[in-house]
Amino acid sequence: MQKSQDKSSGNAGILAGLVVALGRILISFFVPVITFLVLWQVFIFLRDSSAPQIVIVLVAIIWGVAGVAILYVVSNWFVEQLPDPWTRRLQPFVYIGPAVVIMGWYLAIPVLRTLVLSFKDEIGVKWIGFDNYIFAFTDRIMLETFRNNLLWMIVGTSFSVGLGLLIAVLSDRTRFESIYKAIIFTPMAISFVGAGVIWKFVYTYKGEGVGIEEIGLLNAVVLALGGQSQPWLSLPPWNNLFLIVIMVWLQTGYAMVVTSSAIKGIPLELLEAARIDGATEVQAFFRITIPYIKGTLITVITTIVIFSLKLFDIVRVMTGGNNGTNVIANEFYLQRFTYGNTGRASAIAIVLLIAVIPVIVNNLREFNKERRAF
Amino acid sequence: MAASYKNQKLRSSLGVNGTLILICFIWILPTLGVFITSLRNSQDIFSSGWWTVLPHKENIQTQEIILDASVNIDEPMQIEGITATFEELRQSVTLPDGRMLTWYGNKRTRTIIVTEEHWVGFFSKPLTLDNYIDVLTGKEIRFTDAGGNEIIRKGNSLGSAFLNSIAVAVPATIIPILIAAFAAFGFSWLSFPGRGLIFTMVVAILVVPLQISLVPILQDYTKLNLNGTFLGIWLAHTGFGLPLATYLLFNYMSTLPRDLLEAAYMDGASNFTIFTKLILPLSVPALASFAIFQFLWVWNDYLIALVFLGDKNRVVTYALASIVGEKGQDWHLLTSGAFVSMLLPLAVFFALQRFFVRGLLAGSVKG
Repeated sequence: MQKSQDKSSGNAGILAGLVVALGRILISFFVPVITFLVLWQVFIFLRDSSAPQIVIVLVAIIWGVAGVAILYVVSNWFVEQLPDPWTRRLQPFVYIGPAVVIMGWYLAIPVLRTLVLSFKDEIGVKWIGFDNYIFAFTDRIMLETFRNNLLWMIVGTSFSVGLGLLIAVLSDRTRFESIYKAIIFTPMAISFVGAGVIWKFVYTYKGEGVGIEEIGLLNAVVLALGGQSQPWLSLPPWNNLFLIVIMVWLQTGYAMVVTSSAIKGIPLELLEAARIDGATEVQAFFRITIPYIKGTLITVITTIVIFSLKLFDIVRVMTGGNNGTNVIANEFYLQRFTYGNTGRASAIAIVLLIAVIPVIVNNLREFNKERRAF
Repeated sequence: MAASYKNQKLRSSLGVNGTLILICFIWILPTLGVFITSLRNSQDIFSSGWWTVLPHKENIQTQEIILDASVNIDEPMQIEGITATFEELRQSVTLPDGRMLTWYGNKRTRTIIVTEEHWVGFFSKPLTLDNYIDVLTGKEIRFTDAGGNEIIRKGNSLGSAFLNSIAVAVPATIIPILIAAFAAFGFSWLSFPGRGLIFTMVVAILVVPLQISLVPILQDYTKLNLNGTFLGIWLAHTGFGLPLATYLLFNYMSTLPRDLLEAAYMDGASNFTIFTKLILPLSVPALASFAIFQFLWVWNDYLIALVFLGDKNRVVTYALASIVGEKGQDWHLLTSGAFVSMLLPLAVFFALQRFFVRGLLAGSVKG
């Protein structure tokens, strides 16, 4: 709207346009940069101070939260003091600016910076062409991580989604639905590190000897069934499956909740009609339930596949990637933080990005379909 | 006819409930084991499985027989009314009255242990909270290095890690919500050039893996001296949480009734007033959904804490993981530590489950 007015007044208009643009950029940066500077100084001070921890924690929380809030108020007040047209032009940037700047700094620009670094050597100085990518796609270690991630994606996702769907369908027919669901769902609140400890205890192994009693649940069960105790986490390639069990334990609840709410959206008449026509429960499930919730299922599968692609914590805590359990994200961590090779780490990060590009494209397409009017 | 239909229904209901109970049982068992273990004495933990707190039969030592020098242990021996060789005794010999004789150790000990099978009830060995006290307080370790300097290292105190986690999680939840709420308001209610393009960028970076950012952001943090500060990790969590927060809140805010807001504009309310007095209160359900989502995500995060905070301000996941690394077999610390780390998220989770589920359903696309 304003653009046409600006244009009609010639040179002066161009100048005004420039000033507006400059003002918008400035105001976008104003809040985050000032906030950052003020908070930063205080935090350097806090980090180096020796006040009691609880005081530092309280000051940190109040200072951080209030600081951000106050700077919005101040910059908004500042913009409102300007002449009306200026307020109208600049105010949206008071609101969206900080978010855009932070997202740009943390996610958008790093894509390019990591891409650049992936063509450089380990300390990010010399250009070395595609060497890091040759490593990322051909090295034995990397090939092992690809195999394992594929295992996580296929086995982990199919069990999580399959079990989640089964529980959603079955519990839908019982009176105790909420209890069952709460139990399956609860692991979602637990950290992967915590879950790692829980399952490490299940798999723990002491070995054979007089008077030694296994304290790990799995080994005790195996012994009770007449088998032999095993060091489950150091038995490649099966140890990957034992780690994947943890992911299934954590993610089934998610798949269950989302599919369950989709199942509840199926019109009852549809299922009734099928049953009257003589369809068995199994037929009704595959012919009606599954097609009806297809969209939801795809979303759930995509989410869990992305999750298993970036999986890090479980492997880090349980095996550190040893004994043939390494995954891409752990190799990324090792390259960057253990071997100090930013070039290779960046190339691995780009590999992860490439793997999610289909999802990004799909998200954008869906978004554009939904909001033609944007 | 009706009866058999009823029967069939009952049977299928039993089948369904039976399957679900079995699955739920398997689901709970690992956590139950860790919980019970966290309450057991560290020696008990190591010598017997946690399930021994349930009633079971156990061999209890009742007597110790030391053979005197006159007995030739290379020949079959007469003990407690039976005759047995050393090899047999090593494998344990059961007496007619049910007692069991077992040779202790090697041949030279000349010791035989007599055990009797007894039923042991619930919690035969006392439970204790000591593990929790140990893991919460930790101990300070002092030592002198080669240069003669005294070095004090903090032990794995989960107590201070718990405080640090709060200091990380509370602002790292509120700050992104605040920033995202302003941005979502801007995107959904104000018009400005580039609005569609910028929002498309937000959608595009929704699922970008955060590994992409770690290397360059760490370079920046090193330059800015931000490593190990709360501010650094708040900003990181804000940056990584913002796309989803903005997206979810935008979806919610753009469904708010237009006429209500137009009426407010007519009355001369400023954008800021409309945002704080109208939009924010109306968006509470969406804000709550995202808040609990983000809180659990931050509290349970390990990677970002590992990279940006590290050892300087240990959070619970970091502290727990380092106990795993350093004392992998100290189950009394590990199990109680795991429970301490779960306490707050579980409480939040159960109190606000409704909002959490709504958030899950609204957007399952986080990067």
